[in-house]
Formats: sequence, C-alpha cells, structure tokens
Amino acid sequence: MNLFLEQLFNGLAIGAIYALITLGLALVYGILGVLHVAHAGIYTIGAYVGYGVFVASGSLALAFAVSMAFCALAGVAIERFVYAPLMKYPPYVPLISSIALFMAVEEICRLIAGPYVLSFSTNLPFPALSFAGIRFSPNLVGIYVISGVIFFLLWFLTTRTEIGLALRATAMDAPIASSLGINSSMAVDMAFALGSAIAAVAGILVGIYYNEVHPDMGAMPAYKSLALIVVGGLGSVEGAVAASLLLGVAETLLIGFAAIPLPRDALAFIAMIVVLMWRPTGLFGARS
Amino acid sequence: MSTYFVTISTFIAIQAIVAYGLNIIVGYAGQISLGHAAFFGIGAYTAGLLSTKAGLSFWAALPIVLLICGALGVILGLPSLRVREDFLAITTIGINFIVEAVFLYVPFFGGAMGLGGIPKIVFFGVRLKGESLLALCLVCLAFVILICWWFTKSWAGLGCRAIASDETAASSMGISPVRFKLLAFVLGTVIAGLGGALYAHRMGFITPADFGFPVSTMMLSIIVLGGMGTLWGPLLGAIILGALPEVFRPLADYRMLLYGALLLLMVRFQPGGLLGDASVLMNLLKRMKGGDRHAG
Repeated sequence: MNLFLEQLFNGLAIGAIYALITLGLALVYGILGVLHVAHAGIYTIGAYVGYGVFVASGSLALAFAVSMAFCALAGVAIERFVYAPLMKYPPYVPLISSIALFMAVEEICRLIAGPYVLSFSTNLPFPALSFAGIRFSPNLVGIYVISGVIFFLLWFLTTRTEIGLALRATAMDAPIASSLGINSSMAVDMAFALGSAIAAVAGILVGIYYNEVHPDMGAMPAYKSLALIVVGGLGSVEGAVAASLLLGVAETLLIGFAAIPLPRDALAFIAMIVVLMWRPTGLFGARS
Repeated sequence: MSTYFVTISTFIAIQAIVAYGLNIIVGYAGQISLGHAAFFGIGAYTAGLLSTKAGLSFWAALPIVLLICGALGVILGLPSLRVREDFLAITTIGINFIVEAVFLYVPFFGGAMGLGGIPKIVFFGVRLKGESLLALCLVCLAFVILICWWFTKSWAGLGCRAIASDETAASSMGISPVRFKLLAFVLGTVIAGLGGALYAHRMGFITPADFGFPVSTMMLSIIVLGGMGTLWGPLLGAIILGALPEVFRPLADYRMLLYGALLLLMVRFQPGGLLGDASVLMNLLKRMKGGDRHAG
C-alpha cells in the first residue's frame, strides 16, 4: 500500500511538471491558434540557463530569476520573428516552422553545452516531510509547492485581473478585442512571456529532480504536451493542468503495477488519438 | 564508381522513394502527415520479419509487405476524414510515436536491440550489393516516379488536387473526399513500404530509432525543400539533403541544425519549395527562357 501511495505521489510530481510545460502551450494555442512545439525548446533553454547561472553563482533563486527572464524574452522573440509573419498561411505552416525551430534549438544547446548529460546536483530548499509513513524528499515537496503557487498565480492573473481579461478577450476574438481598445499584440506577447517563463521553471525543476540536464530533454515533452492540450480541451488552461496530472499518475502507476505491454510514452498519444476521434473538444472541454 | 559514392546514392534513392510516397499524401492530396517514417518502418520490419522468421525471399515477401502497408495506410487515412490541417499533423505525429514505441517494447520486433540478420536481395541467383543494389533502387525509384506522373495525369490525381485546394467545393461537385483521401494515403504508404523493404535488406539490421519522428521530419523537409506537389521536387530535395552533409564533411556535427534552419527558412520565405510556383529558382528559369525567346 505504501509503495502504491509513494508511486502515486511521484506520479503527481511528474504530472505537475508536465502541467507546467503544457500550460504555456495551452496559453499560446488559446490566443494564437499555433501548436507551439518549440515551447519544449524554451524549456530546454530554461534548464541550461538555470544550470549555468546556478553553477556560476551558487544561488538557486538567481538561477530561477535569470532563466525565467531569458526564456520570457526568447518566447516573445519567437512570436515576433517566426509566428507573426506566418499567420497568413494555413496552420500547418507555423507548425512545421515550430518543429524546425525546435530542432535548431536542440542542436544549438548541444553545440554550446556539449552532448553530455550535465548533473544538476542540488536540492530545492524545502524540508523533507514524513506523512503517514510516506517520506517526501525536499525536491518532491518543492515541486508541489512551486507548481501549486504557479497554478494559483496564473489562475488569479487570468480570472481576477485586467491583464487576464485582455488575454481572454484576445483569445476569444482578436480583431474585436482590439477594436474595443484592448492592446491585443500586448496580450499575445504576455501569453508567450508567461508561458515561456513557466517553462523555464519546469526545465530547472526537471533538471534538479532527475539530476540531469541534456540537449534531448525536450524531445518527449515537445510532442507529449501537444497530446496533453488536445486531451485537456484546446486552449483550456485548467483542462491542460488536469490532463497533465492525470497522465503523470497514469504513467507512473502503469509502470509500477499494471503489466500492460504498452510503452509508457505511447499512452499520451493513444489518449490523444482517442480524444480527437471521439470527442474533439477534449476530455474537459465543453461539448460544442 | 567508388563504394562511398554508391552507398550515398543508394541511401538517397531510398529516401527519394519514401519522399515520393509522402508527396502523394501531402503534396497532391493536401493531407499533412508527419508520421510517414512509421510506414517506412512498418515496411522495413515486415520485410525483415518475413525474410528472417518466415524465410521468404525479398521478391516473395514484397507483395505481402506492400499489402500490409496499404492496409495500414487505410487506417492512417481514417483520421484524415475527421480532423484537418494541424490536428491531422499531430495525429500523425502520435501515430509515429506509437508505432516506434511498439517496435521498441514488443519483444517480437526485437525491442531496442533491433532486428538483425536480414539477408541480401537475391536476383536470379546473384546477391545484390553495391552497384547492383543501387541499380535495383534506381529502377524502383524510376517506377515510383512513373506512378506519380501517371497519378497526376489521372482522374484520381485530379480529384486529389481538387480536394487539396478546396475540400468543400470539391465535394459539392461530387468528388468524394473519403475515396480520394484514402486512395492517396494507401498509395503513399505502399510506396513508403517499398522504400522500407529496400532499406531493411540494404542495412541487414534495423532498429526502432531508424523510423522515429525525426525521420518523418526529414521526409517532410525533403518535399518542402524540393517543392510540395511537384513531380521532381522530392528527387531534388532528397539529393540536396542527402548530399549536403557529405559535401560539407566538416559540417557533419551541424547536420540537424542545418535541416532545422533550412526547413525554417524555406517555410518562412519559399513555402512553395525550390520547384514550386513563383519560387526563386523557377522565376530564374522562366526569365532565362524568356531571354532566349528575345534573342531568337
């Protein structure tokens, strides 16, 4: 039983990290309608920048701050220079360019930092907890707390502030929103900056949790998070979080307990195809 | 011819064959597919398994390989009837990952260790390798190009083009999207299967990673570079992308970066590809022709 609970909580942590990556994708899809594969490139960059700053300065807080700022800028730059000129083409054109950009980012990371696995050996500054016989490592507690705080802040920002209102209005209908005096290009920048900064946090958390940073770390999240925003209902941030948590738990329990002869990484894609064929609005989206 | 040149040419020929299959689906029928490597892989694994486990020769196995790829092509085609554009793209990405994962985790397919011991192709008692294998690949390539040419001239090709340019208008004129989309998928995946079979027998040893998502991206790069929906685009794209890393040996480390940058720049500035309408190259050719006419 304890083993089961431990697996469950590990799965929840993995799900929380998936959610941090997928959030940005859901924000961007909601507002621009682009499947932003290169988002996983931002996540990889975030891990590298965080690692670099941490090794240079020894301060984890500084690492988070610099990496988030850098990634937010990179995200906005991608929107301005890659997506904005492509919006007049059919949607697969930005998608292909996003995949190409992601490949290029991975290669740039490999060329600059080398093909090796770098070891991000530190612990998040949280206490270890013990609860009903289950031990939570500082990293696990850290992931819960940090992702919980981010989910709350994002929820607050999007539903309780004027910036959030502008974001939602632009997502609903950009031309009408801007004709009503909402600065919709600012809202698009905002979505990219927010999503990218959160991806940077995810990159650093993954680096610390698995104690490794490497150029291929974005490969699986890149496409898995696409599957997750589909399952969560496109553009729905809450749906994306719920789908991510569910997938993290399902994957972990599947490995630990069920002897299903299906690989763990295929699960998200199978769920995605089932959802697309059977309920295209997503598991948590409203039925249209 | 040096062995080196023959090896590179054989790979370019096989890649061109697979890219021609993708061109039918993406270029002619307008159904974006980012999972083409899955069918390349299914062809390769079917051919490999039939020759190692069932002891069939390449020639006896080939019809079965093509049949299986065609049948699975129908299954890949089904999502295209329900989702379009970027959703079709991510569905096909998903299919690619699932197929690769099945090869990787199911012991029957050899798992991560791959499938080895695939014999060379025997043609009238001669074991094909080197130049004779290249000749076979080139014959297959020529055959595939002929099929594509015939396809563009046929009623089916016209139907596909109509669906690609405007599905709703086409279907209101009585062109069945179901029939022509599925036809394009079947033809495309059968051609990918042929490429896979050649690849398996050329290599003698295949692993799941040979047919992963990056390979699908490369196939798409080939046709985007050469020109989607053109007859010679896939060949030109395969030659350029196949030869570039060899010509620029010192750039070998930058190969994936080069693919990425090339794809990004092409999509950004020349979405029609090198041989597409209104491309730099085609305009240049037209101007040269125009100049000749003035001179004459």
